[in-house]
This record gives sequence, C-alpha cells and structure tokens, in this order.
Amino acid sequence: MPGGIGLDVGGVTRKIHSKERGMRGLKRSWRRHWQLYLLILVPLAYFIVFKYVPMANTIIAFKDYNVVDGVWGSDWAGLKQFERFFNNPVFWPLLRNTFLLSAYVVLASFPIPIILALALNEVRLKFFKSTVQMVTYAPYFISTVVVVSMTILFLSPRLGLAGHVTEFFGLGSIDFLSNPDYFRHIYVFTDVWQTMGYSAVIYLAALAGIDPTLYEAARVDGASRWQKIVNVDIPGILPTAMIVLVLGVGNVMAIGFEKAYLFQNSLNVSQSEIIATYTYKVGLLSADFSQAAAIGLFNGVINLVLLLGVNAIVKRLTGNGLW
Amino acid sequence: MVSSTLEERPTGTRERRAPKMASGLRPTRIKDPVGDRVFMVGVYILLTTFLLVVLLPLIYIVASSFSDPQAVSSGQVTFWPIGFTLEGYQRALSDNSILTGFGNSLIYTVAGTAISLVLTVAIAYPLSRADFWGRRGITVFVVFTMLFAGGIIPTYLVVQNLGMLDTRWALILPQAIGVWQVIIAVAFFRTSIPDELYEAAQLDGASDLRFLFSTVIPLSKPLLAVIALMYGIYQWNSYFDALLYLRDPSLYPLQLVLRNVLILNQAAPGMDAAAAFERQQLASLLKYSLIVISTVPVMLVYPFVARFFNKGILVGAVKG
Repeated sequence: MPGGIGLDVGGVTRKIHSKERGMRGLKRSWRRHWQLYLLILVPLAYFIVFKYVPMANTIIAFKDYNVVDGVWGSDWAGLKQFERFFNNPVFWPLLRNTFLLSAYVVLASFPIPIILALALNEVRLKFFKSTVQMVTYAPYFISTVVVVSMTILFLSPRLGLAGHVTEFFGLGSIDFLSNPDYFRHIYVFTDVWQTMGYSAVIYLAALAGIDPTLYEAARVDGASRWQKIVNVDIPGILPTAMIVLVLGVGNVMAIGFEKAYLFQNSLNVSQSEIIATYTYKVGLLSADFSQAAAIGLFNGVINLVLLLGVNAIVKRLTGNGLW
Repeated sequence: MVSSTLEERPTGTRERRAPKMASGLRPTRIKDPVGDRVFMVGVYILLTTFLLVVLLPLIYIVASSFSDPQAVSSGQVTFWPIGFTLEGYQRALSDNSILTGFGNSLIYTVAGTAISLVLTVAIAYPLSRADFWGRRGITVFVVFTMLFAGGIIPTYLVVQNLGMLDTRWALILPQAIGVWQVIIAVAFFRTSIPDELYEAAQLDGASDLRFLFSTVIPLSKPLLAVIALMYGIYQWNSYFDALLYLRDPSLYPLQLVLRNVLILNQAAPGMDAAAAFERQQLASLLKYSLIVISTVPVMLVYPFVARFFNKGILVGAVKG
C-alpha cells in the first residue's frame, strides 16, 4: 500500500516492541526509500564533520593542545585550562560585560517589536502600513560591517553628524566611540534599529491568527481600541512573545562576536570585551587553542543550562515553551 | 456619548445579516469615538517616528555619498546631496582591493547559495516524509546543533585538518546548512505537498528521486526562492568566517575589505598626494560611497524577500 503512513513509524509510536519493530521498520523503509537515504547522506556528513566533530574537538579543553600531537595525541591536563580561566583577572569583568550587554539587548529588543506590531495592526491605510513595514524591515538585511561603519561615521567627533548636533546644543564634540560608557547603548540601539521590523513580523503573524470572534465580542462590549489591544491582542500574542523571550534569554551568553568586535577599540575595551571576542583573541591571535576551547565550552554549557532552565520556568508559568 | 457609541459601533465596513438592516437602517459610515480617534493619531505619530528613525540615517548616507566632501564634514549635508559629485564612487570603483572583494563576494554568494540550497533540500525532503524511518532521530540530531556548538576553535581545527584554511571552500562549506532553513523547508514540504500526489506518483511507478525532481521541486519554487535569498544575503553580508580562515587578501570577500577600509582605516586607496585633513575628508566620502555600493545588491533583492515573507510562507512554516 503506497503512502502507508504510520506503518513504518511503528517503531516510534509503539514503544513496547520498539527494537524489533524499529529494525523491521528500517529494513522496510530502506527497501522502499533507499534513494532518500542516499540523498540524506551528504547533508548528514556535513552535520557530522562541521558540527559534531567540533563538539568532539572540545576535548582539547581538558588537554594541553599542541599542533604536533593533534587533538587526540596531546597530553591530558585535567581542569587546568578552566582553573586558568577562572583565576584570570579578566574572568569576572568578561562575565559581567557579556551578561550586562546581552541582558540589555534582550530587554530592549523585546518590547519594541511588540509595540511596532500592535501599532501596525491598528492601521487601516494599506499603503502606509506596508511602507512602514518595508522600511523598518530593511535594516535586517544590511551587513553588520555596514551598520557599524554607518554608526562610526555618524558618531565620529569632528566629521560626523552627531558631532554637529552636539555642538549645536552647546555640548561640545563628544567622542561616543572611545568612551566605554556609551558602548552598550550604541550596541543596543543599533541592534534594535536593525531587528525591530524583522521581529515585528512574527508578532504580526500571531496577531493575524487571533480568533476573529474575540474582536467581535470586544466590539459588542463597546471596547475602545486601547481596551481591545490590552484584552485581546496582547493575550493573543503572549505565547509567541514567551517563545521569543525564551530564545532571547537562552542565548544570553551566546551574544554575537561580530558587532562587539567591530565596535571594539583600545579605548572602550573595558566594556566591549565579551567572552566571544576574548575567545577569538586567545584562540587565534595568541594561538592558545586549549584555553580558547575551554572558554568556549564553559560558555556553551552555561548557555545550554540557561536555555533549558528558562524554558522550564516559562513552561511552568504559562504552559508555552519551546518543547 | 459613551452609551451611544455602544450601538453605533458596527460601522460600514461590516454588513449586518439581520434583514431589517438591509433597508433604511443600513449603517452609514459612523465616525469612531473621540477616544479612538485620538488614539489613532498617537498610533500614526508613533509609526511615523519608527519610519523616520530607520529611514533618515539611510537617506543621510546616500546623500552624503554624492556630496562634496567638505560639505559633508562641515555638517551641511542632511538629506539631500550638496555639491553633487561622483568622486567617491569613482575612487571606490577604481580600487583593486574593492573590485576583487566584490568579485569574490559574488563567487561566494553564488556558489555558497547553490550548495546550501541543494544540501538543504536533500535533508529536508526525506525528513518531511512521514514514512521515512529515522526521521525523528535525525531531526533531533540536526536540531541539537542549534542548542550546543563546538565553538570557534574546535571548528577552526576541523577546517584546518581538512586543509581548507586560506581556500574559498572555508567560506562555503562550514556554514553550508542552516538548521533554521531546514526546519522551514521541512514544514513547507509537509504542508504543501499533498500525500495524494505522492500516492499517485507511486502508482505510476515513479521513484522517490523522480517524484522529488518532477513534482516536489516545481511545487516549491517560492520556498526555494526564499531559502536561496536567505542564504545569499547571509553569504554576502558575513565577514567573520573570512576573518577566521583567510590570510590571502586576494580571497577576501567584500565585507572584510570594507571592514579594513571603513573601520580599521587601513590603506584608504588613492590618497597619497592630498593634505592630511583633505585626505580625511576624501576618505570619509569614499566610506559613504562604499557603504552604498556594498548594500545595493542586497537592497535589490530585498523586495522579493519581503514579498515572500509577507505572503506568510516563512511565518506559516514557523507556526506549523
């Protein structure tokens, strides 16, 4: 029987005989779909080579890696690399910078797309709506290098637009880029600028999926637009918002290397050095592979724990989670 | 006022089904309550602010790129070019490293997108089939890489061991498949290719591959377009892999060249003779032009992405 859905996945659905059924399922599936198994072979090889072999390579975090002996031949070093990192005076500032920057990014980039989507959802003028959407969505496709360059050009003290504005208001020329205190604000503002339109799309889709009878009920009850937003729209997008938040918090320590590294200069490094940029420097500029792998592993594990933890909490509170 | 709004709320946009409404009481367009109108003014002001915050910096960059460098640095240029000139573009386009970068980026983008697209379909299609044994296991295997990754250095070691350092492959292969794109493609195949088509193809004796090429792919053109654009834009915009894996400047993609010129102020081309300040001005003019040049290709394809996106293909896939 063609398309016998359910027969072949018996190994999954009926766990009691899973092994036997599983093997039989595989044989059956192989006979019918050997072409699909051949097809999937190359992509699977990709995931093994470029994703799982690196995971195995993190073993050098527990070794003294040297080029001659390679990953598997180098001597074991126990937890030495981790102790080195934890005892390094940069450890706490790094952790603090990474955490503060990403928490700020998560907090700032959470509400703004929601506000944008809720506002767009009220607009009936189609042209205006699509124009705002198109324009706010566009920066997402501009490269990080270009966004950082634009920001630097704006903020450069003598030649940039910001310099003229601050001079006009009698503040003198402020060098935003070399003052460490401005680094996080600049980073977060450009981040929100770049992603708000893109993130709003998800909420617009969620808003479009709200049951229309709820709006009719609100209308019958004489709800104002504001009341409708508070009582229908916001509860309607809450599950989506929770998922976005989980993903954001879960990635709190995985904050991107790219932009922080581009904004970094010798003057703002006290705030702009985060785990990702430090790992890059230790690993590739100082060629201390084992130390860099240890830092990367430390970061990855924290991240995984955070993601699982936040997901569990959100799931308990709201019943919505990633899985 | 408030109590009367209760009855007035059904406006002309929605027709009442009750027969008595069809005759004399057919609702004319009744204005929204005052509170709602004030609220809408607020909404429009808010959205216009969002619009301008995004748009004005972009306009400023474009205007500056066409302006006299002196006008730019003295702050005269706002949102229209002053002292129109193409000098920035001429200098940018006559520079070898920039042209090489542009060419390299084209190669990486075209080749990378093609490879990514083929690999994504090759994994997503089997995973979309309910009768493919091992589907769940493989899905977990793939999605897990989103949760935990080896990190920069362990991946670097793989690239090094494969002998791909300082080759074009290093920019194409390590990031060839995006898990997110696989998820989108699986959801699309599962929801948009009816099982009946597959059953019919099987009765006709078509193999899985034949069905994939003759039916699935032609039916999935919008999806393939979106995924190709996502990969293409990602490739065009990325600089990090090049920074990690490339030493030879003749292989640099445009973004890395841009980073060197725009952010590190390295060797801004063709400026030897000019005096220091003038040189700085010219350098910044060149920067504005470079920003425009490097972003134009992305902005040309952007409307297509936006169109597909607004059609809800991606969002539908994510929700499904």
